[in-house]
Amino acid sequence: MKSFKYSVAKEATGAVRAVSANPAAKFLAGGTNLVDLMKEYVERPSEVVDVSRLNLAQIRETSNGISIGALAKNSDTANHPLVRQNYPLLSMAILAGASAQLRNMATNGGNLMQRTRCQYFYDTAMPCNKREPGSGCGALEGLNRIHAILGYSENCVATYPGDMANALYALDAIIRVRGTNGQDRTIAVQDFHRLPGDMPQKDNNLAHGELIVAIEIPRNNFAAKSYYLKVRDRASYAFALVSVAAALETRGDAIERARVVLGSVAHKPWRSTEAERVLVGKPATVATFEAAAEAALKDAKPLEHNGYKVELGKRSIVLALQRAMSGEVA
Amino acid sequence: MARYIGKEMSRVDGFAKVTGRAKYAAEFKVPNLAYGFIVTSTIGKGTIRSIDTAEASRAPGVIQVLTHENYPKPAPPAAPELKPEENRNVRDRSFRALQSEQIFFNMQPIALVLAESFEQARYAARLVKATYNEEKPMTDLESSLDKARLANPSRPPRPRGNPTEALAAAPVKVEAEYTIPIEHHNPMEPHGAIAFWEGDKLTVFDKTQGVRVVQQHLATSFHIPQANIQVISPFVGGAFGSALRPNYYPALTAMAARVIKRPVKVVYTRQQMFTGHGYRPHTWQKISLGAQADGKLTALIHDSRNNSSNFEDYVENTTGMPRSLYACPNALTSQQFVHTDLSTPAAMRAPGAVSGMFALECAMDELAYALKIDPLELRLVNFSDVDPDSGKPYSSKALRECYRLGAEKFGWKNRTPEPRSMRDGRLLVGWGMATGIWGAFQRPASARVALRVDGTAHVSSATADIGPGTYTVMTLIAAEYLGLPAERVKFELGDTRFPPAPVQGGSFTTASVGSAIYEAAQNIRGRLVELANKEAASPFKTAKIEDTELLDGRLTLRGSSQSVDIFALMRRNNLSELVDVHEAKPSPEREKYATGAHGAQFVEVKVDPATGVVQVTRAIEVTACGKIMNPKTSHSQEIGGVVWGIGMALQEATEVDHRYGRIMNPNLQHYHVPVSADIHEIETMFVEEDDKVVNPLGVKGMGELGMVGIPAAIANAVFHATGKRIRDLPITPDKLL
Repeated sequence: MKSFKYSVAKEATGAVRAVSANPAAKFLAGGTNLVDLMKEYVERPSEVVDVSRLNLAQIRETSNGISIGALAKNSDTANHPLVRQNYPLLSMAILAGASAQLRNMATNGGNLMQRTRCQYFYDTAMPCNKREPGSGCGALEGLNRIHAILGYSENCVATYPGDMANALYALDAIIRVRGTNGQDRTIAVQDFHRLPGDMPQKDNNLAHGELIVAIEIPRNNFAAKSYYLKVRDRASYAFALVSVAAALETRGDAIERARVVLGSVAHKPWRSTEAERVLVGKPATVATFEAAAEAALKDAKPLEHNGYKVELGKRSIVLALQRAMSGEVA
Repeated sequence: MARYIGKEMSRVDGFAKVTGRAKYAAEFKVPNLAYGFIVTSTIGKGTIRSIDTAEASRAPGVIQVLTHENYPKPAPPAAPELKPEENRNVRDRSFRALQSEQIFFNMQPIALVLAESFEQARYAARLVKATYNEEKPMTDLESSLDKARLANPSRPPRPRGNPTEALAAAPVKVEAEYTIPIEHHNPMEPHGAIAFWEGDKLTVFDKTQGVRVVQQHLATSFHIPQANIQVISPFVGGAFGSALRPNYYPALTAMAARVIKRPVKVVYTRQQMFTGHGYRPHTWQKISLGAQADGKLTALIHDSRNNSSNFEDYVENTTGMPRSLYACPNALTSQQFVHTDLSTPAAMRAPGAVSGMFALECAMDELAYALKIDPLELRLVNFSDVDPDSGKPYSSKALRECYRLGAEKFGWKNRTPEPRSMRDGRLLVGWGMATGIWGAFQRPASARVALRVDGTAHVSSATADIGPGTYTVMTLIAAEYLGLPAERVKFELGDTRFPPAPVQGGSFTTASVGSAIYEAAQNIRGRLVELANKEAASPFKTAKIEDTELLDGRLTLRGSSQSVDIFALMRRNNLSELVDVHEAKPSPEREKYATGAHGAQFVEVKVDPATGVVQVTRAIEVTACGKIMNPKTSHSQEIGGVVWGIGMALQEATEVDHRYGRIMNPNLQHYHVPVSADIHEIETMFVEEDDKVVNPLGVKGMGELGMVGIPAAIANAVFHATGKRIRDLPITPDKLL
């Protein structure tokens, strides 16, 4: 680990100012990902601004829905009565992630900022355009069983590894950010993360120094019919092979609104508006779900070792929609 | 009447372990300690062209950077200085660090940074810059099966009967290939050592399964007498074979200490453990079985190939135990290896046996389906009461009872054989079974037993306790045969000053060291009888030694009320203690018999037909491994074995990027082992055997046995659930779509 300057921020705007002033500075919240990456020499900040003591941990009802503080712990968020009652998809997604110990440390803002678990990104001896732009992509023709099948580029086939964000994409969340000018701005969650394109080193659209302060979720009618399905190599403490955040609102026999978001298939949570279009207006039957699943994966281009993700993605969408309809809780 | 043997005893070291008082190798406090951090190569084959340590050397706190360029080469001493047995270890061709510019495997150590703190050493390690003349590594066993060869070509495999003809003539045949990837032990405690010199005397605290092996390795590394080296290893946080052979870091640590004339500590990172010790090799196996219509095996051909390094010929003993399990008159088994540009494999829990039995017991399941015979019935049809090669009877083999009891407890008779025929809601249910087999080994081992006049005993042996409960079982054996309360017996291990014992491996520790303690206690009893018989009132004058026993501090004559207070007797003879240092050796009686430990495993899996996710919902394991000394720790061993088997079957795989010859998942986030949520119902049972041929205590190996049949049982259950025969471990969800 490289030596770094450490300071504790007392208020958000000051923290933003401090990090903005130094291109090699980083915010530290729960540290569950950043500290690991610093030990691996993947992240080498010269300065770490500890924001964990800022007053940004509230979870409260708003006129339009819910506001969840960026520094609320994942555990506290998943177990909050308002979240469980009105946004069970978010609760399920958070609880599908990491381990209890990690969720107790990890914050919501940090969760959005977590970096890929691509093995080549983690190993400084290997080429990785995300870690070292221009060095190449080790995974493109390497071990890519856990990599992207959608939206990748020749430069990067890494996936966004998280669970929480998949639910946030389904729930049309808005990310409230303290800008470098000291003013708040909001980013629709689907515009938060990026596809790799020719700048895979950039995971998201935050400007350097901008700080997530809250996650806002508008009120919706998905609570009764939503499900988070995570398929993984072991029952806990593993990243998804494929995950699906599914949410439905029905009227009579017909689907009125639908959300289908695939996790671990792309560089960002992959919301499939194609699948949603197939679902809306149709009866909530397996045949409809299968048609939606086909639509979601029709552009998938698997790599050498992850062809299974196409079929697994389709089946997982069908299963998640079925469970959403039946009101199961993951 | 046994007071301790066969009864549950909690770990005598449990309190020390859970309160942090148990000191592991890297935890010893040594003044003036310097910290070493290993720098590893970023190529898999070639030579180091240049290594630049200037920047690292200037970094804060750095004392020195060792590389192959400045690593001292100890000159071999004049021959008479070493006794012949200290030089006998010429076969120790294990990898030693920083010997040359040659790169044999990726993540090979190329430098050691020594600094005042761990953090300073770790940071400076990033500043060491190496350039290479890179060559293309070859690390893929399966692409090079044709390069496989025998370790000893002058001794080709010897067939039993005429396997080729028998296979050709067999009315029913099964032929299949099975592959198992590289797996790593991943004990919780990383390997580490602290070394310091006092003149020409070397002391090393090390994580090891055998202090004497490390002592020998250091003696040959530094060309100094073994007597000058003390290796201490009182506690080991799991090893599973990864600390059996000498790894490269103890000699590197000792050399660093010699160079900077300070104590040095070196601890592997988790990543460094993936090349800093051995691993279960990648194996490819082909099994051909021939059978009659009634299920009787007529031919077994088992061809096994594994990867080794390029500097050692490591052969995994996959076929040794499977060859002798069934009454098959015609068999040919061969084991070959392929040189690869990887580090050398090593024994990993149930080495060879679990890999070989995965292949054989899956093939037996395939044969059962080909024959339309129940898989358990097929095992019984081919049951062998004698070793099929030698014809010798087993000293004991309660495997039939294991099958019977396991099947009954599991409810095997309710199994419907058709794949996909059993369901739990939308989940597919599969029931599978397999056999486990391991040896009943005993190695020469010594112990020192001191019975003290204050009513206590001190017992010691240079063995190890890597987790099975050796401290506890040795305390129990000594207390039982010295007739003392267990609290008054202190057992110590893990120090080369103690009487020699073999490594803790092969599941032979209780049989070997336990026998030494038992026999030493017998000798002490004999001495007490002699002492008593010097006195006129002795009730033992005409007694045979076997008619006496020690209980509650008294020497008693069996079947009578006559006894003598042994401590009063010692006081009358002015003896502060009675000491016996004894080496127990395997009895020649063993030669007349075949020996082994056996078990039967029955597992239930539930498979999600949509996602391919497999859960092992139920496992019943029945084990016959002689006398159970301590049921508490024994069950713990078998349960742990089942968990290991679940990991091997469903999760574990070390992934090598063959373009670079580099392990790409050297961490516990990418290398999966089971977590609590993967483990459901596990029930272990023992069928005790009374077998005094194997050793006087009647104990057999059990620590490895528990996992041997599990991967096959799970793969067979997955076939029963899904109709898919997965012959390539691990069985991850993608393989079942």
